[in-house]
Amino acid sequence: MMTLTATAPARAARPPAPLRRCLAKLSPYAYVTPFFALFAAFGLFPLLYTAYVSLYRVELQAPGEMQWRGLGNYTALFGDEYFWTALRNTFTIGVISTVPQLLMALGLAHLLNYKLRGRTLFRVTMLLPYATSVAAATLVFAQLFGRDFGLINYLLGLAGVQPVDWQSGTLASQIAVSSIVIWRWTGYNALIYLAGMQSIPADLYEAAELDGASRWRQFLHVTLPGLRPTILFTVVVSTIGATQLFGEPLLFEGNMSGGISHQYQTLGLYMYQEGWGFFHLGRAAATAWVMFVLIVLLVLVNTAIARRRTRKEAQR
Amino acid sequence: MPISRAARRATRRLGAVALAGALLAACGSGSSGSTADKNGKVTITIGLFGTFGFKEAGLYKEYERLHPNVTIKESSTENEADYWPALQTRLSGGGGLADIQGIEVGRIAAVTQQQSDKFEDLSAFGAKSLKSDYSAAKWAAATTSDGRVMGLGTDVGPEAICYRSDLFKKAGLPTDRAELAKKWATWDDYLKLGEQYQAKAGAKSRWMDSVGSLYQLIVGQQKERYYDASGKLIYDKNAAVKSAWDTSVKAAKDGLSAKLAQWSPAWNQAFSSGSFATIGCPAWMLGYIKGQAGAKATGTWDVAPLPGGVAGNWGGSYLAIPKGSSHAKQAYDLVKWLTAAPQQEKLFKKQGGFPSNLGAIAGVKDVKDPYFSNAPIGELFGKAAETSPVQVLGVHDQDVTTQITNALGEVERKGTSSSTAWGHAQKGVDNAVG
Repeated sequence: MMTLTATAPARAARPPAPLRRCLAKLSPYAYVTPFFALFAAFGLFPLLYTAYVSLYRVELQAPGEMQWRGLGNYTALFGDEYFWTALRNTFTIGVISTVPQLLMALGLAHLLNYKLRGRTLFRVTMLLPYATSVAAATLVFAQLFGRDFGLINYLLGLAGVQPVDWQSGTLASQIAVSSIVIWRWTGYNALIYLAGMQSIPADLYEAAELDGASRWRQFLHVTLPGLRPTILFTVVVSTIGATQLFGEPLLFEGNMSGGISHQYQTLGLYMYQEGWGFFHLGRAAATAWVMFVLIVLLVLVNTAIARRRTRKEAQR
Repeated sequence: MPISRAARRATRRLGAVALAGALLAACGSGSSGSTADKNGKVTITIGLFGTFGFKEAGLYKEYERLHPNVTIKESSTENEADYWPALQTRLSGGGGLADIQGIEVGRIAAVTQQQSDKFEDLSAFGAKSLKSDYSAAKWAAATTSDGRVMGLGTDVGPEAICYRSDLFKKAGLPTDRAELAKKWATWDDYLKLGEQYQAKAGAKSRWMDSVGSLYQLIVGQQKERYYDASGKLIYDKNAAVKSAWDTSVKAAKDGLSAKLAQWSPAWNQAFSSGSFATIGCPAWMLGYIKGQAGAKATGTWDVAPLPGGVAGNWGGSYLAIPKGSSHAKQAYDLVKWLTAAPQQEKLFKKQGGFPSNLGAIAGVKDVKDPYFSNAPIGELFGKAAETSPVQVLGVHDQDVTTQITNALGEVERKGTSSSTAWGHAQKGVDNAVG
């Protein structure tokens, strides 16, 4: 109907039918071209070129001289114990920073969901750490965690605890680095949870209250199930963030090795050290590809879990 | 069919866009940090690390007074280990290079052997006439095998020990330089005196700042360290390196170190807090101590000759001009002026970087520094500079140093065993050398 009425009067002015048909077929491609052009230039091309570089020995001092190395960069990578250390660190720091962060965010969001005096003020305040730059926050935290003159060791001293070397201890340094991440991202996640909570219909709570459910049981049986998609989202985003963690460990002591014995060197930092500390661009490219594959795997696992969940729910 | 044709066309278009993007990116790089406007006013940028002291000694102001059309802008990175990677990124096309860049002696071999195409050959500006101003070794280190001059020497790093005479006194140790020099004739004596100090001073104040700096002092006394004369990496077979390592490990095990990573904020704070009583003191460290400990510490510090019976050298620098500077000639004039004898002399008197210019060395013989309890620093460092060995330099000197001092940090801060830590150092060097 639509096409008939539209084409009839315009026949004279328009180009002949075959060409028009061709244009009509092409136009969707024209619309999506800008995105794909940009993606090709800044996404796909770097990705493929990185793969290409990872097969060569390339040094930053002379990027033009490329020496074929085959899979040498990859075998060197997997043979390097510091790569495995970095992988382990990325995982442990990811857990130490993400789990308490999301739990605290959930609790905070729950509290802020009540009718409180000055609620907006609290909500805005929560977002402030997120608005702080990584560098500034990390430098302040590095001072707080100072071994000899840091505030935290001073407070621990008041409580009679021996000073902790927050820089060289493996667990201690990872906790210190994680605390920066937690500080910056808890408020952000809390706001997302809060938004999720507000979309849960109020009559569910009323019904639960009529049934005599306590606040805690309401939280468990109404809030949490209602928040499931939101929680999944924050978990995915935090996982990606944890895999890419870089600024905090780099600036914590200001060195690329992530502490004297690589005790808090993450994969991102390891790659940076290979490329911009040792100037081995080929090795860094290989690391980048391994990280890429890792993230793809993680996302696949996440999707698989999510799909199984929905299928289970559908069966219910 | 039409779809696939369209798709093919689209890919071709994508290819063209990608190519254009690459070309644009290629054009955009390599800008220089300096500017010159219509009135002939020139701004010369200078990128440095640590404390060269040009600004502190008022040399820029003086040069600007002498050349009213020139403005000098300095940017400085505290730690050379951060400075060098940033410089490398810029050299390989990232832009943001200064007209003049400082080069540490541990990197100069990398410049002459790997990157001579990235820096101006200063002999094009007539630098060869300055050759006789420098010791043969200082000059040769910055010259490529085919005779191009990559940089002019600023300072050298003759070594001594700086110590807190007030803390020494409190711990009942002698405070006289000559007496101390006799007491610590060998490194073992130095550690023994440290134990004496430690017994009195307790846990709040340690004998030295870090064993990493002790290591660098000791190894600075060697002619051959990490490379042999043929350019082969021999650090792990060199008995002298091993012995320096062992002494440092012993100092760590004996609890003589404040365990402060050099160039860290905590290390900086410790200069005024008295967390350590002695520190390895290449001449350039004098200026750093003044900067960190501040004027109120005047007279609490002193300088004494090095243990071990041999003079040593730690550090020293060059000024080089990266290619692509839009007024390399003006930059060269500034470099030439900054490294000329009168300026190096002034710099030593105000800041402490020891001159590499022979004309200036003669002029600073009688310099005493009131900040360091009137220590005869001219005589002391002059003697050390004269007798310290001419070191064999290699491309990865600085990387090896970083890895070894990191590993020593593990020993003193985490209690890692000597052999494990040495393994880590080797692993790190392997990674760095690639």
